[in-house]
Parts: sequence; C-alpha cells; structure tokens
Amino acid sequence: MSVEAHEIIPMPQPEPAGREESIPEAARRKLSSPWASGLVILITILWTIPTFGLLVTSLRPSSQAQNSGWWTIFTDPTMTLSNYSEVITGGSVIPNGIEPYFWNSFAIAIPAAIFPLVLASMAAYAIAWIPFKGSTFVFFTIFALQVIPLQMSLLPLLTMFNKGWSLGPIPIFPDLNKPGSEQSIFVGTYIPLWVAHTMFALPLAIFLLHNFVSQLPRELFEAARVDGASHFLIFRKLVLPLTVPAIASFAIFQFLWVWNDLLVALTFAGGTPDVAPITAYLASIKGSYGSQLHLVTAGAFVAIIVPLIVFFSLQRFFVRGLLAGSVKG
Amino acid sequence: MEELTAGLTKVGTGLAAVAIFLGLLLVIFFIGARAKGKLQFPAAMIVFLGPAILLLAYGLIAPAFLTTVGSFQNPNGNEFVGFANYSWIFTTEANRTFLTNTAMWIIIAPLVSTGIGLMLALLLDRMRRESISKSLIFMPMAISFVGAGIIWGLVYEYRDPAETQVGLLSQVVMWLGVEEPPNWLLWQPWNNFLLMVIMIWIQVGFAMVVLSAAIKAIPGDVVEAAELDGATGWKLFSRVTIPMVRGTLIVVFTTIMIAVLKIFDIVRTMTNGNFGTQVVANEMYAQAFVQFDVGRGSALAVVLFVAVIPLIAYNVIQLRKERTIR
Amino acid sequence: MTASMRRRGATILVGGVAATMLLAACGGSSSSSESSSEAAAPSESAMASEGGGDVAAGCEAYAAYMGNEGTSVTLFTSVLPPEQQRYEDAWKPFEDCTGIDIVYEGSDQFEAQLPTRIAGGNAPDLAWIPQPGLLAKLVQQGGPVPAPQSVADNVDQYWNPAWKAYGSVDGTFYGAPNSSNMKSFVWYSPKVFAEKGYTVPTTWDELFALSDQMVADGIKPWCGGIESGGATGWPATDWLEQVVLRTQGGDVYDQWVAHEVLFNSPQITEAMDTISGWMKNPDYVNGGFGNVQTIATTAFQDAGKPILDAKCGMLQQASFYAAQWESFQPGAVVAEDGDVFAFFLPQIKDEFPNPVVGGGEFTTAFSDRPEVQAAQTYLSSAEYATARAAQPGGWVSANSGVPLDTYTDAIAKLSAQFLTDPNGIFRFDASDLMPAAVGAGAEWTQMTAWFGEDKPTADVLQAIDDAWPAS
Repeated sequence: MSVEAHEIIPMPQPEPAGREESIPEAARRKLSSPWASGLVILITILWTIPTFGLLVTSLRPSSQAQNSGWWTIFTDPTMTLSNYSEVITGGSVIPNGIEPYFWNSFAIAIPAAIFPLVLASMAAYAIAWIPFKGSTFVFFTIFALQVIPLQMSLLPLLTMFNKGWSLGPIPIFPDLNKPGSEQSIFVGTYIPLWVAHTMFALPLAIFLLHNFVSQLPRELFEAARVDGASHFLIFRKLVLPLTVPAIASFAIFQFLWVWNDLLVALTFAGGTPDVAPITAYLASIKGSYGSQLHLVTAGAFVAIIVPLIVFFSLQRFFVRGLLAGSVKG
Repeated sequence: MEELTAGLTKVGTGLAAVAIFLGLLLVIFFIGARAKGKLQFPAAMIVFLGPAILLLAYGLIAPAFLTTVGSFQNPNGNEFVGFANYSWIFTTEANRTFLTNTAMWIIIAPLVSTGIGLMLALLLDRMRRESISKSLIFMPMAISFVGAGIIWGLVYEYRDPAETQVGLLSQVVMWLGVEEPPNWLLWQPWNNFLLMVIMIWIQVGFAMVVLSAAIKAIPGDVVEAAELDGATGWKLFSRVTIPMVRGTLIVVFTTIMIAVLKIFDIVRTMTNGNFGTQVVANEMYAQAFVQFDVGRGSALAVVLFVAVIPLIAYNVIQLRKERTIR
Repeated sequence: MTASMRRRGATILVGGVAATMLLAACGGSSSSSESSSEAAAPSESAMASEGGGDVAAGCEAYAAYMGNEGTSVTLFTSVLPPEQQRYEDAWKPFEDCTGIDIVYEGSDQFEAQLPTRIAGGNAPDLAWIPQPGLLAKLVQQGGPVPAPQSVADNVDQYWNPAWKAYGSVDGTFYGAPNSSNMKSFVWYSPKVFAEKGYTVPTTWDELFALSDQMVADGIKPWCGGIESGGATGWPATDWLEQVVLRTQGGDVYDQWVAHEVLFNSPQITEAMDTISGWMKNPDYVNGGFGNVQTIATTAFQDAGKPILDAKCGMLQQASFYAAQWESFQPGAVVAEDGDVFAFFLPQIKDEFPNPVVGGGEFTTAFSDRPEVQAAQTYLSSAEYATARAAQPGGWVSANSGVPLDTYTDAIAKLSAQFLTDPNGIFRFDASDLMPAAVGAGAEWTQMTAWFGEDKPTADVLQAIDDAWPAS
C-alpha cells in the first residue's frame, strides 16, 4: 500500500507526462462525463467569484463602490484606475502610498524563503543519512513542533533581539546596541524578521524535505562513502543538486506565507515604512479607511498580485514540491 | 524615480543577505570538510543539524516551555496560581462557546476541505483541460488572511433589504426570492459555518493539488488490473483509489487541522469572536494581547497544543511504520 | 479613521486611581517635586545652547530645546494617517529648529504592541497612551519614565488638575495629555434640521420629542455602529458612560469605575434601561442600516454616513468623528450652517449639570535622554498645542494655553469650551479606567451581545461583573 516505488525519483517528473501513461486512454474516456466537467466548472466559478468581486470593486469610482454591489458593473460599466494610483503613491484620501511597503515585502520574503529551506535541507540530510542515535526521536520532535502556536514565541524572540539572551551568566546571544544608544542594532532592520520566519518555517520544511531526501537511492550514498567522500561533499555534490527542485518548490510556498504574514511583521517590524511589509499597510488602511471600499480593495489587490504572479508562473514547481513531501502511501 | 531607487536598494539588501548567507555556508562547508577521522562525525552533525536545532530550541521549544509555566501563573506572570487558569477555561459558562466552536471547526473545516479537495482531484483526473480550473481553485492559497477578510467582507456585507445591496450573498438570496436576508455574521449558529467557508475556500486548493498528485502517482498497472477485475466507478474509487492515497489523505487532513486550530485571523477580522463565533485561538490572542492576562492566554495556548497531540501521535505512528519499512 | 478614536484596553489597580485622584486633588505639587531631578538634563542643555547664542532666526520659541541637533526621538501611537500628517506638520518647525527628528509610528495594534515591545526591550522613546489603566499597568511592570519637571510645570500651568491625575500613577506624574476628546456630542445635519424645521434640543425631553418628531416624519432618528475590529463594542460602552454620568452623577460614576457600584446594580441597570429606550429602540434605530442588531455589525467609522443622506437623524459620537465626514462626502463642511455639525448631548437631571465624558492620550516617555525630554516638554507646551490646534481636523486640547480662537474648526472650539468649563462635571472614559479584563474585554463583548444578540440586560451586566478580576 505504497506509491513509493513510483515516487523514488531523484527528479520529480513533470506531471502531465507521467499521468498520460498511467491510465490507459480508453479508461480515461470511459471515466469522463459531462456532469463531472460541469461540476468542476461550477466549483471553479464559485471559488473565483469572491476574488473577482474584489478586482471589480477596486476598479470602480468611489461613489459606485460604496453604494452599489460590484455586480452592477455589468449594467453600469464605469471603471477607473485612479484608485490604484491613489493607493500606490498616496493621494488626497490616503496620504501615504503602498510603495515602500511593497519593496519591504520583497526584502523580507526573499531571504526568509531561502534561509529556512537551505538549513532545513541540511538538517533533513543529517536526519536521513547520517546515522546517529536518536535520529528518529529528533525527527518526530521536529514534526510535533509544528503545532506550537507562534504567538507563544513572539515575546521571547523579541527579547533576544533587543536585550540579548543568556543562560545565567553565559551569554548565548549578545546584547548589541547601536553606538551611543540603548537601541539594539536590529531595530529598524529586516534581520529579526528573517530569523523569526526562518525559525517558524523549520519544522514543516524539515519534515517535508526529509520525506524527499530520505527517498533518494541508498546506493548513491553508499558508493560515495566508500570512495571516502565526506558528508559535506556528498551534500554539496549529490544531495543538493538532486534536492533543488523540492527546495525551490517549498521556497515558493514559504515565500507566499511570509509575504502574507501579518503577525510576525507587526511584532518585529512595527508599522514604519522603513521595514514593514505590505500586509501591515493593508491592515492599517482597512482599519483607517474601512468605508473607502474602492481604495481598500485596490490596496488588497496590489498586495495579492505578487503572490498570484509567483503562483501562476511557478505553479509547476510548486506542485512538484508538494508531491515530493506529501505524497506518500 | 527616487522611490524606485530606494525600493531596489531594499530588495538589494535582501539579495545581499542571501549571498552572504550562502557564502558563509560555503566557507563552513570548506572548513568542515577538512575534518578527518574521529572529528568527521561531530563536525558533520554540528554543521548540518546544529543551526536547525539551535533555532528550534530558541524559537519554539523554549517558548513552549515558558508558556506552559506561564499557564500556571497570574495575569502578570509573577505568582503561581495552580490550575486556576485551566479551571477558568473549562468551568466558565461563557467559555463553552469557544470550546464547542473550536471543536466544530477542527472537525468540519478539515473534513469538508479534504472532501471537496478529493472530489475535485478525482473529477479533474477525468478532465482534459484541468489546469485552468486547478489554478483558479488553488488561487486562494496565495491570498493573505487580511486580503481574504476584505474579499469575504464584500460577500457577507449586510444592508437593509430596502436599500441597494452591496453584499453578494444577500443580493443572491434576494434574487432567489428571499425578501429579508439575515444579517449574515449575526445569524447564529450558521455564522460559524459562514466563517468556516472562508477557511475551506483557502484550503480546498491545497487538498486538491496534493491529492490530485497522489492519484496521478497511482501506478497505471494497478488501475488496469482492477479494471480487468471489473472494478469501475464507485468500486474502483473505494477499493483502489482511496486505499492507495490513504497516507496522503491523512497528511492533508492533519495539515489542515493544525492550520485550523491555530487560525485566529479569520475570526478576528470578520467578527472578532462576537455573536457566538469565538474560537480558542482568538480568545488566546485577546487574553494575552488585549487584556494582558498572560496566565489565561498561556493556558489557552497549552490547550491548543494538547488538543493536537492525539493527531500528531497518530501521524507519528503512521510515519514510524513507513520509516521501519524503509 | 484613526485608531486613537478607539478606546481600548486598560488594566489598573482601582484603588490606585482613587488614591491618585485624591492626591492630585490635595495638591499636585508633591509629585512634581519628586521628579525635579529628572528635569536637570533638558534645562542644562537649554542653558548651553542659549549661552552659545546660535538660535537661528524664527527659532526663538524653541530656544529651550536646543542642543540636541542630529538626534531622533521615536514616538509610538495608535493614531494613523490622515491624522499623522497633521501632527508632522504641526511639529515641523520644532524639528527644523532643534534638529530633533520625531520619528512617528502609528499602529492599529498599539495596545498589544506597546507592552510587547517594552517587555522585549524595544520600547519607543515616547508613546501616546490613551488609557490611564494601561499606563498604570505599564508602570507596574516597569518601563515608563517619570515626566521631567519641565513637563510637570507645563501641566500645572495649563491643565485642570484632574488631567494631571489621570496622567499620574500612585502620585508620580508620567505624562501630559496630548489631544482630548469630547465624547458627549450628537452629530446631525443642519441642512436637514433647517429643511424640516427642527431645532437643536437642549434638554433630554426635547431630544426625545425631536426623535419622535423624526419618526413621524419618516426619518429614523438615530444611527450607530460599534464594530471596530478587535475593539468592537467600545462605542456602546460610551453610551452607557454618558447615561450613567447623566442619571447617577460623578460620585456614582467614580464608584462604578472602582467596582464599588456593580454593573448588576439598580443604578447601572437603570442606565441600561434608558439606553433600551434610546439606541435599542426599534422605532429609533438604525437609520440607513436596518434593524437594531445592525448596530453590532456596522463599523463605527461608517455609522454617521446616513446622516448626510437624510436617512438617519442623529449620531452620538465623540468630537474626533469630525474627521470622518470628509471621507463620506469630499468637501463636507463641518459647521453650524454646514453639512454636518454636533450639539451637546443634553443633561438628564438638573442636579448633574453639563456632564462631559472625555478621553485623551498621555505622552509617556520610556527614556530620559535629553532629546526625549526636550520633545516631551515641547509636546506639553502651549506652543505645540496651539500649532496642532491650528491644523484642520477638529483636534482638541484641554490645554488652556491655547487661545479659543486658534480653533478654526467649530467642533474643536465647542469641545474646548466644554472641556474647560469649570462648572461642568468632567469624567474620563470609564472603560479606559477599568481593568482590561472588563474595560477591554467583557464590557465590549457583552455590550456587543446586548445589541447583536439581544442578550437580556441582567445577564449582560452579571457577565461583566463576573469578569472583574478578583484581586
């Protein structure tokens, strides 16, 4: 009862090709039916309508957006892009634009997507292929850590960055202050955000990557060990290249999560345009200008457009990564 | 132009950080590889597992421990109060709401999400042009909770039936002949389900994609063999497909359930837990960060943690089987 | 709308408040002398720069704050744009002259973020704390630095002693008030009133006669909204405070804050019954939105919109609501003869004249660096309050150093008049004084249930009492 035989593939195969061969064409035809397609189309429409409503609302002039449903666009097709210019650069209603926050989101999300995946792939390799006592225990503990609500971690982490951390007299993490100030050097930088996101991403990333790495063929490692290759060499020359597709796909996943995060951002970045991401801006204008539907929706659309582009253009990789980790019989 | 330069500098900072990080690792690897003989094993362990363990210990394990201690303390966290916070959770009449709601959430939302996801995966499996549907259904996964709150606000918005409607749901039921649609977010107990719809909307895509992949991964000869035995339709589904993807189903269900347990954003933005929609995670946030009662907030966090333990234990048992097979 | 308009969480030692108020009443000088040593730094620096004599032209007013060029002071608040810009415009000359950069940060998660940041060692230099209860809680945990003598002097000179008491904890003075909200207003459309021949009511009976008249004319007289994200319910607590102060007077109000008069007492029940006949009266509400229940789901920011469309007659909201009208109707004029204006919510009993419920935030410091003290002192000065009051948007200060004619805004002027009225009964927003479990917890959620779910009054009041912390 396992699909592992099929799954032991260093490189996940492009899905349509693999599929076409797996079920004979005749069976496929027999199974398809108009109601199935109809149902899928219906669900697709249902799933898309709310977001479509957001897009339409963001394109409507203020009075229409506030006083009539977005579907009236079909009878009253007045559209404008001015909501977007107001939200992006700031304007008469909202003085501060979304732009600086937009860049912050990139600066936060790119490293925060890469750091945990690299560290997790190393840890996954160690758990899977460096034999040591308690590797199973470590693996399960990490798996279980997924359930810790991250709200619990915010305060201790914040303290570490601002006051340092020591175990009794032994300093574990130094208290680094800006010259001539009581303020930590980390204040107003992206560093606490990167580290926090990395920490919170590790359990799932290790779990999923372990599933992938552990399925690499044993012979590969045995041959290399016999040749006297160190773990460092094996990881760099064999494991990493083979794992890159999986890492890439989780990195996309993680990028989306970080991009969409609000709680960590609020705690570690505050709301200043220097470092705060786009979600903080969105939450703030939703609070301040809730009745200005046309502007809030425009802001929301700017905030989701990057994840959507990333998602639609990199979908293939995205799906492959999910396969590697989750598809186990 | 100035803004753009500033923006690109910010992105550049991020990229530079990645470069430094990778460069540093490369150096460490170079040094680590020098380790010979007995030093080889510890060097590898420290470099490969060390950073992850350290980060986890500080970022998750220590806080979990501190929270557990805090759950036995008073609001200011400077005096032990025994099980008072726990007895407050379970014996206060008003708290029934969030306990039963959470129970409902963790059963219904994952079940429905996984169910619809599985159905879609099966249906999509029979369709030729699946990718557009797949992408659109998966799309909500890419949207933040803040964004989702705004999107669904447009759906559930209530206006007096005599006025022009702005909320989609009200308008639709009015078109269907209902003259006085309810104020959706006040409509107990159904408002809970309306909030769950948002979570389901987000999670179905995830379930669908993963399950669809699992179904595709079923070897063709297995299906063929079953068909030769005369298995079709429901029989093929229940006897072959489901057992073949069982493991994946469990992973999907678990992942969604954990997400549901921790979720507070949806409830917080839509109703703030009013009108009988409170859940444990939002109550925890309110206690810890609005009312500054660290004791109760911690106790609620521990309750969440404990609630998932059976599920995790089950998963661990499953994983164990697999690991020993390998 | 700014988050400062939401009044939120507070934890407090109730006895502490009473004690503080007593102390202040007996003479605020004791607390000021204690903190005199703190004031040394800014005055020294002021001396130094005066000695240097390098005060640029036009900067004479800022001479006392000189000597801190190139420094910056972080200010954390719950006030979001567009208000932020008005503040920045107001203190621009101060920044230009002194070289102190005030770095402004507003967050709608202010109350949750501030304690987290202080505990995490990332406290801002200054914060505007809207709740005396929160201030007391922070002082208890450590973090706030007592205000320097220069600030205390300003407050003694310009403010009613009650305000100093609300900015003090256990007799130590921490912060001068920044803005002050006058919460006892009723918003209406002068145009509609003129059209229909209504006159502004000056007694409670007239107010209700007018309401009935509106019902007869086919206008719902009242609208309201108490949805406010994580703080949903606060406007309803304001209504309760208005009625309690009007029907029971200041003494019962203080006892209520101290939990000596319980929620589930005849006095508060009576106040709730009064509201039942007002904001929970199905004939009266909810103009433009629907039935009584919609009060619970209508955002407080949106609540007044139907007034401009003549779908609703009146809205009970604070002075800060003045900033909201512009967003409903660009160019909306807030004036006695404009699109919208406010009148004083009349007293109910003659024995309790001119009752005013108000709020405000207190400029609290978390550092005693000279530039922080300079900024804190400047923010408590009449010059700052006057500069800020000259900005649009209905900002009000209870600072008596602001000449009344500075207020270009009619609402602000009216608010200032009531807030400085020596004969009125002024009380700070009660829920901001109560423990957070009540003032930022049970009272919000229970009042929301009262409106949204029609929960029985006795159950609502009992549930709030049950949530009162034991100690």
